[in-house]
Amino acid sequence: MQHVFQLDKVSKTYKNDSGEFEALKDVTLSVEEGEIFGIIGMSGAGKSTLVRTLNRLEEVTSGTVSFYGQDLAGLKPKELRKVRRSISMIFQSFNLLQQRSVIENVMQPLRIAKLPAAERREKAMEMLRIVGLEDKKDAYPSRLSGGQRQRVAIARALASDPKVLLCDEATSALDPKITGEILELLQKINRERKLTIVIITHEMSVVEKICDRVAIIDQGVLAEVGEVKEVFSNPGSEAAKKLVFPSNPFDPTEPDAKLIRLVFDGQSAGEPFIANMVKETGIAVTILSANTRSVGGIGYGQIVLELPKDEHDRQVVTEFFRSRGLVISEVTP
Amino acid sequence: MSAYIIETIQRGILETLEMTFCASLLAYIFGLPIGVALYATAKGRLLENRLVQLVLGTLVNICRSLPFLILLVLLIPFTRLVTGSSIGTVASIVPLTVGAIPIVARMVESSLCEVQPGIIEAASAMGASPIYIILHFILPEATPSLLLGAAINIATVLGYSAMAGVIGGGGLGAIALQYGYYRYQKDVLWTTVAILVIMVMLIQEIGGLIAKKVRK
Repeated sequence: MQHVFQLDKVSKTYKNDSGEFEALKDVTLSVEEGEIFGIIGMSGAGKSTLVRTLNRLEEVTSGTVSFYGQDLAGLKPKELRKVRRSISMIFQSFNLLQQRSVIENVMQPLRIAKLPAAERREKAMEMLRIVGLEDKKDAYPSRLSGGQRQRVAIARALASDPKVLLCDEATSALDPKITGEILELLQKINRERKLTIVIITHEMSVVEKICDRVAIIDQGVLAEVGEVKEVFSNPGSEAAKKLVFPSNPFDPTEPDAKLIRLVFDGQSAGEPFIANMVKETGIAVTILSANTRSVGGIGYGQIVLELPKDEHDRQVVTEFFRSRGLVISEVTP
Repeated sequence: MSAYIIETIQRGILETLEMTFCASLLAYIFGLPIGVALYATAKGRLLENRLVQLVLGTLVNICRSLPFLILLVLLIPFTRLVTGSSIGTVASIVPLTVGAIPIVARMVESSLCEVQPGIIEAASAMGASPIYIILHFILPEATPSLLLGAAINIATVLGYSAMAGVIGGGGLGAIALQYGYYRYQKDVLWTTVAILVIMVMLIQEIGGLIAKKVRK
């Protein structure tokens, strides 16, 4: 497999009157051809800066960013513009031209690439068909819903036949249902057009839904990178643990309660192991949060439990789950 | 009012319109590119250039700070050079244009500043050149705002055109001054003022309507 992007010790420092700010520190990672690569982090973690180094909307302070082996920093403005036509981008705020119709928006990258007018229109219609908006071709963006606007932006991004699509918080302004539809569309495009996709998000659910691999960025540092299911079931870094922890569990009954997070995969999901544990050990636990979802086609789930107060009981409970092959980690809410 | 005065006022209206629209058009031909340059060469913009920004910005500021009446007098030799005369309707188009250019430039600049930075980022990410981005992204997006600005500018030029009467320009301003002020013909004074007010209101309203129609 060929690296689409190869980042080597990328750092970015912003200087202003009040001093310096390190947005990225020594980030090294690679994006492979054909994958959906997630970059997740809290707001302000540097993920937006990171994605902008991939098409040189942000210049790096040190380190190199290569696109198919070509160092972006070495490109002249004209060469860079040409390379950018193979790196499309969609945004949280869609960034469509409000004063131009849907089809004119989609034709824009083709016009930049100096395609003849008739071909532009034909190609733009083809792109609108992919996103299911051919009947809106003459509408103006202000008349469209958020989901439709993002579809237009996707059509526009695909028009130039890019090698990779960068998505900067592309679903953050959309409601969960529409987010799901947009993610499905991106997944479809990834499979059918073999398009490499890089997704920036602060939502673990987005990563779990469509990403193959994920990088976790925490305060400008790459905290962890790996297969999504691996990171999900076995988060190594503090930042990863925070991100996979359910977003709104019940509060523990005791302020200093001990919580554990159980992760189960497709095999053990069918087993009623909480009921079994209570039956076998006679010790009760409180479920603070429980959910299951499909990750990469396999059912995954996690449960957050509050353990009993007694130290011996705690050990019995954890031992029981461990013997059933469940992944256990201690968590703090 | 005598038939002669009414005829004079009618001619004055046409002269005022001629001065206003010719001067506005010329002011935009020169002012629009200057406004675009002011916008594009500012710090952090597409064609950041401190020298161009400094020179253009200073020039525009100097011209704008001159009271129009002073500019009228200062420009007399230049006007004579361009039109062969320093009095009359055609001659007053020169100082009106010069006076309006810096106002147009600043108005254009501020309209362009309203364009969402995200649009420019998206255009850059598409691989568009700075000139392309200005022509095909920024200017179209700013069009409704540019039209509103144009209505304000034309109304300003109309106001200035009345002042041109002082140094022998034509139009309603000259009539108000000659008949209304020097000859104490209050009815002529108020009639011309009323017509000027109506003209400004019409320009503003029509400009607003066009901008609204254009905005999608």
